[in-house]
Amino acid sequence: MHAEKKQLVAPGELLAEGPYFAGENTYRDGSKIYSARIGLADVIGNKLIVVPIKGAYIPRIDDIVIGRITDIGMSGWQVDICAPYPAMLPQSETPMQHGRDMGRRDLGHLFGVGDLVLAQVIAFDRTRDPLLTTKGRGLGKVTSGRVARISPAKIPRIIGKQGSMITMLKNETHTDIVPGQNGVVLAIGKNPDQERIAVEALYMIEREAHTSGLTDRVRAMILEEMKGK
Amino acid sequence: MGGQKKTAQLIDSNGLRVDGRRIDELRPIKLEVGILDKADGSAYIEHGKNKILAAVYGPREAHPKHIALADRAVVRCRYHMAPFSTEERKSPAPSRRELELSKVIRESLEPSIMSEYFPRATIDIFIEVLQADAGTRCAGITSAALALADAGIPMKELVAGCAAGKIEGKVVLDLSDIEDKQGEADLPVALMARSNVVSLLQMDGSLTLDEFNQAFEMATEACRKIYEMQREALKTKYHIVRDVEEKNEIVEAKA
Amino acid sequence: MSATRQLSPVAKLEQKTVVDLILKGKRIDDRGANDYRPTTITLGIIDKANGSAQVHLGKTKVVAGVKVEKGTPFPDTPDDGILTVNSEFVPLASPTFESGPPDENSIELARVVDRGIRESKAIDLKKLCIESGKKVFMVFVDIYVLDHDGNLIDAAAMAALGALVNAKMHDFDVKNGELRLKDAIIPLPLQNYPVSITSTKIDSTTVIDPCLEEEQVMTCRLTVTTDKDDNICALQKGGLGVFTPDEIKQIVSTSIGKARDIRAKILASVK
Repeated sequence: MHAEKKQLVAPGELLAEGPYFAGENTYRDGSKIYSARIGLADVIGNKLIVVPIKGAYIPRIDDIVIGRITDIGMSGWQVDICAPYPAMLPQSETPMQHGRDMGRRDLGHLFGVGDLVLAQVIAFDRTRDPLLTTKGRGLGKVTSGRVARISPAKIPRIIGKQGSMITMLKNETHTDIVPGQNGVVLAIGKNPDQERIAVEALYMIEREAHTSGLTDRVRAMILEEMKGK
Repeated sequence: MGGQKKTAQLIDSNGLRVDGRRIDELRPIKLEVGILDKADGSAYIEHGKNKILAAVYGPREAHPKHIALADRAVVRCRYHMAPFSTEERKSPAPSRRELELSKVIRESLEPSIMSEYFPRATIDIFIEVLQADAGTRCAGITSAALALADAGIPMKELVAGCAAGKIEGKVVLDLSDIEDKQGEADLPVALMARSNVVSLLQMDGSLTLDEFNQAFEMATEACRKIYEMQREALKTKYHIVRDVEEKNEIVEAKA
Repeated sequence: MSATRQLSPVAKLEQKTVVDLILKGKRIDDRGANDYRPTTITLGIIDKANGSAQVHLGKTKVVAGVKVEKGTPFPDTPDDGILTVNSEFVPLASPTFESGPPDENSIELARVVDRGIRESKAIDLKKLCIESGKKVFMVFVDIYVLDHDGNLIDAAAMAALGALVNAKMHDFDVKNGELRLKDAIIPLPLQNYPVSITSTKIDSTTVIDPCLEEEQVMTCRLTVTTDKDDNICALQKGGLGVFTPDEIKQIVSTSIGKARDIRAKILASVK
């Protein structure tokens, strides 16, 4: 192996030669494996991957996402999930079953244009746009809270190892933090100040994602801000 | 300001050019990555007196829908010069030259872009020349490649561009504006350094086979040097040190 | 033909956050109602232009270049040089900007900035005459938006003024109808310094220098351009909402004071 674990690599940089597999964001050319994106090199077993620092959100099945309704169609809604593809939420994938087809006006009462929904990706492949569902615990229209828009590549850092970061955020800001895999994160608190501090913490994590001691520094920032609120 | 007068001599008796460079010397290059807020990826280059901003949006939804391709992303490229970028003011409307350059620049970058990752989407590349001093398409390619990497778009490798040419019968590297206007040949080249393949090649003027080989060698060698500068610029932008579990170093990330 | 614009690409909940803060007398980026975002003005960044300026207004970035070239005067003003202001909303500046000729927003911006410069008589156009009725100097002000985070008009006007203040040309005289350029370099014949201040109305509160999030929820905006003597030389209301007469009077009066601050800042950047 040529690159070291956690080394910053650019597109076209040689990662390894020989009996390795080319994993995510790498490619093979002959016996050599190269990076395809700017990110941190890593190896899992004998599979080489590059963890990207930036990039668009590409939906995966089972992802929880937060999207904005952009249009109402004959049998469902079009949803912007910040991906290169508009998503569809069919009426049949919402928990409210009326036993009859809902007309466009009824659909609009459920979710209107501009509303935010918490949904799950149930289908997506190269040939068609992502399909969403709001049948599921906690899914559906988002009615309160403050929104942060984070680079999707940083969402794992917001959650942290075994949820350590997000648990700390929730406890210290007294807000519920709901991260969408597509980079949209909700902070729902009892007052707007708590929500604002939570959102500031989220942007701080995004800016300093690859530093050490981040959890402690974010906690310190929150405690400082929370004084007197 | 004012009109350009014809310079008596482009290469003096010491073999130095108008700006003091030797025959095989590159103009100074400065690169900066990620300087725009709204674009997905961006880079700024100063190559000699050239000042060029490149930005990338994508992958994003195809608008209008009918341009989308079933099996990969559509790559679009717009090379455009600001009205104040040249000696004489340039009309903001796209010229035939800008349209041609948009095409050849796209064709120099697209071979490296792994567009099959994003079927039915578009990747848009914008190159704005704020100040021009010859070699803008090459500098545009150099900065656009960085902007693509900055946007997190999967690429086989970076692409770098540089031109060589002939002035007063001598083959020289990296023509400046006055040398381009009064010289005998201009040869822009773009190279993918890792796999050593050429993705842009044009020629304007007259060269013997020997002169061509010399100029081509000079230009490709310069592209390799510029590639190292691109890597440096990316690493400066995303300077990251080891993960906290391995070493307890205090780190500064310039995000 | 002008048509109603597409719906805002922002969720209703996000719009509500901005509006709720405004109703509490706060702003999404913690500024005061009459505060401008941190502003930097850098002059002379484009050597090939006669004059240039770069403005960072918060995250909004605009560059302006001035080119001075020879041309023919308009028949009804044979002794006046010509001023042309053009603006480009280049697609790299925002996901909402498309390639192509300037749209109505770009044109409106150019014309508002133009009015400020022209009506304040910022340039003494008579001093740009070479030969009456035959030859004059033309001043092109080209505004280039590079990064759109709100309030492009004010950023553009600042950049235009900066570029004009920075601009240099060859001194000249005219002998027997022939233009003779001298070696000496002189500034443009400037005699006034117009500054535009844009206020937006959100619900029934007015804030100055809207950032992009605020522009996306505003009902309407009012740009007030004043000159160095506190005269108003241009006004432009934009957006689908409406102002009461009192709101307008309030905004105009506040803008005059704010313009003095901005003018001082631009003139201080002159090296």
